[in-house]
Amino acid sequence: MQQDEKAYPGLETDLHPALSRHEASVESDRCYFCYDAPCVTACPTGIDVPLFIRQIQAGNRAGAAKTIFDENILGGMCARVCPTETLCEQACVRQTAESKPVKIGQLQRFATDHFLGDVEHPYQQGSDSGKQVCVVGAGPAGLACAHRLATYGHRVTMLDAKSKPGGLNEYGIATYKTVENFARREVDFVLSVGGITLKNSVRVGSDVMLDELIDQYDAVFLGLGLDGVNQAGLPGSDLAGVENAVEFIARLRQTTDYDSLQVGRKVVIIGGGMTAIDAAVQARMLGAEDVTIAYRRGADAMNASRYEQELAQINGVKIKHYLQPVEIHSDASGAVGSIELEYTSSVSGELQGTGEKIQIEADTIYMAIGQTLLAGQLASTVIESGANRVTVDSAYRTGHQKVWAGGDCISGGEDLTVAAVQDGKLAAESIHRAISA
Amino acid sequence: MADLSNNFVGIKSPNPFWLASAPPTDKAFNVNRAFEAGWGGVVWKTLGEDPPIVNVNGPRYGAVHSADRRLIGLNNIELITDRPLEVNLAEIRQVKRDWPDRAMVVSLMVPCEEKNWKGILKRVEDTGADGVELNFGCPHGMSERGMGAAVGQVPEYIEMVTRWCKETTDLPVIVKLTPNITDIRFPARAAKAGGADAVSLINTVSSIVSVDLDTMAPQPTIDGKGSHGGYCGPAVKPIALNMVADIARDAETADIPISGIGGVTTWRDAAEFMALGAGNVQVCTAAMTYGFRVVDEMISGLNNWMDEKGHATLDSVVGKATPNVTDWQYLNLNYVTKARIDQDKCIQCGRCHVVCEDTSHQAITLKVDGKRHFEVIDEECVGCNLCVSVCPVEDCITMEELTTGVDPRTENDIRREYANWTTHANNPMSGS
Repeated sequence: MQQDEKAYPGLETDLHPALSRHEASVESDRCYFCYDAPCVTACPTGIDVPLFIRQIQAGNRAGAAKTIFDENILGGMCARVCPTETLCEQACVRQTAESKPVKIGQLQRFATDHFLGDVEHPYQQGSDSGKQVCVVGAGPAGLACAHRLATYGHRVTMLDAKSKPGGLNEYGIATYKTVENFARREVDFVLSVGGITLKNSVRVGSDVMLDELIDQYDAVFLGLGLDGVNQAGLPGSDLAGVENAVEFIARLRQTTDYDSLQVGRKVVIIGGGMTAIDAAVQARMLGAEDVTIAYRRGADAMNASRYEQELAQINGVKIKHYLQPVEIHSDASGAVGSIELEYTSSVSGELQGTGEKIQIEADTIYMAIGQTLLAGQLASTVIESGANRVTVDSAYRTGHQKVWAGGDCISGGEDLTVAAVQDGKLAAESIHRAISA
Repeated sequence: MADLSNNFVGIKSPNPFWLASAPPTDKAFNVNRAFEAGWGGVVWKTLGEDPPIVNVNGPRYGAVHSADRRLIGLNNIELITDRPLEVNLAEIRQVKRDWPDRAMVVSLMVPCEEKNWKGILKRVEDTGADGVELNFGCPHGMSERGMGAAVGQVPEYIEMVTRWCKETTDLPVIVKLTPNITDIRFPARAAKAGGADAVSLINTVSSIVSVDLDTMAPQPTIDGKGSHGGYCGPAVKPIALNMVADIARDAETADIPISGIGGVTTWRDAAEFMALGAGNVQVCTAAMTYGFRVVDEMISGLNNWMDEKGHATLDSVVGKATPNVTDWQYLNLNYVTKARIDQDKCIQCGRCHVVCEDTSHQAITLKVDGKRHFEVIDEECVGCNLCVSVCPVEDCITMEELTTGVDPRTENDIRREYANWTTHANNPMSGS
């Protein structure tokens, strides 16, 4: 046995190791090459799954990757983070036939990993159209939009508020889903098409105003993501030891020294989405003894997929359902000591507290109750921002005819990388039609 | 328990599974292991005259794989035994002595001269072997020297050599036929005319299995060049079955015993060969793919099936399907079938629809009432069976005979009486 020398193997080891050529060959043979395939319908970006699997089977790995990238230029990350068990793999006819879908996600990774090597970028920058587009936000939506626009020959300037590109891929998902700096390598892959100028640490709304961009460019795409964090307004949430889960994850993702991260012994996470799971599992991997997720509804209502829930449980995370936070109490030193929660029940669809309460000892509490749009970014614009999201039409155009938007920041945003990619791609098509007219 | 014991032209073996003349039967070591594993008999790898032939020292085999590398077809450029004749004869003598209840047939190939054949036959008789098989089949290497398939492709030579052998020995003479001809009945008739006790078929099919696109050479590649080989394994079974049936139902050869060869991999393959008229079967590729223990499955599977069907002995199986093989012109044109899709078994892959839509008769729906739903449109279905063939789920699509009413496609009444092409109105030769 080879000695595993990693100090934090859970964090540094791929959740799903790459398939070997042999494994990919055997697995690809399981695909029936369905017609009008349910997996394609289930994929938010509509990747031609049967075709790319057939290409793998025929030893045409580059062609398989190209089939994927044609619909989803971030196919590499989606292969790692997509909840395939609720998307393509749930729809796979092998799931119907034998409860064992073709491992579409892992095959997609096998194909797309081909372009991780020293391989020429599979697309060419289009000949210069003379048009300039500003893409705000270098997350999945912005990257997909920028890449598609570049292939049409439009010059793209991409602004991002953070110091690194990638958005949530860089800052917001668990390390074990994107080991070996994959998020950054994928951004480099996308940008290698040419014609995209990336400017980091530029925040629209403070460093530059949206109105200026509208004046300066032929079109603007907003892929802002949700940079704000929902506040629970919980008594005690200002105590030392209370943190937003996204901030914890961002710190974790950006450190090179896991030893330096402070993680409590007894951790409680409030929420039921992927962020809650990512925070909980990584807290365990960093050494927390007791990690509990408290969610106010039942397992089926959790945004985290069943697979993700089980992943947490396998890693020793306790998931408690039908519990809502009431108050965070301090210990003698003035830091977090425990959290008080109340049981809930659903009364004709409405969630109500039952009055029964419990206390869970905790020295760390991560809030994972969702992100929100930092509306200040748009304050100087005419953009209508309904329900604290950017409102767009079916072509991803906002109320302003020169501004498009997509990804998590728009209303109806699905909080999925793959959905953001689709938004960015379709918005790019819409922009291209508009500025080429 | 059914009785699997086999009597093939007087050669007795405890079961009908023989190993064909091939690498698995080249040496006592291998044959002893085969008999330990339970094989009913062997046809010893083809003996020739000294000095022994030589084999290439590079790769001898090429393969056709399914995507997960199951061996579908195997191709070889190996020649007959490359060991001295006396070494083989001594081993044959010893093995037969050690395994008296197993069939020991010796395959032979010598130049097409009377004295050569008569000479070697006498030496084989001395070993106590149960019979000989004349190798008129190998399509590669030896055929360039006027032996193997070069003989099997000329019925006159088959008859001549067979006659020499029958004049020389009292051992049963089995003539092994090559499939690399246009009509298998002619070599079979020639073997019979020469006095053969039986024919065995098929030998391997001339083949190039693949081309290495880097070196631009056929595989297996010997120092940059390749030569055609002999193809065998599951892929050739349909060709072999047809040839066995052709001989079994030909008036001139209907009574000649047949040893069936070609892609026998499971008991079911063996039962199919026997149903079409083979008195026993010979196996090579399955053993060369999985080892000798595959015979366990063959024996138990054949046994269980025979018990289930009430066949006490092999005689009640052999040739049972032969009368049902006929010429196309005698097929009943009044027999009407339609495909039926079992909706509970359907997994919604859509392949039946797309192949029917793209390549056939547009007779299967994709959507019904806006929902993905595959259903046969009887007005278009010609009953071709393509959907059944491509469906990944067994018994999900079946063919159902229409016995009453009207065929919605032709709008003709369903008629129960037999009527074939010979009397059909569209047949210019029918005279009606």
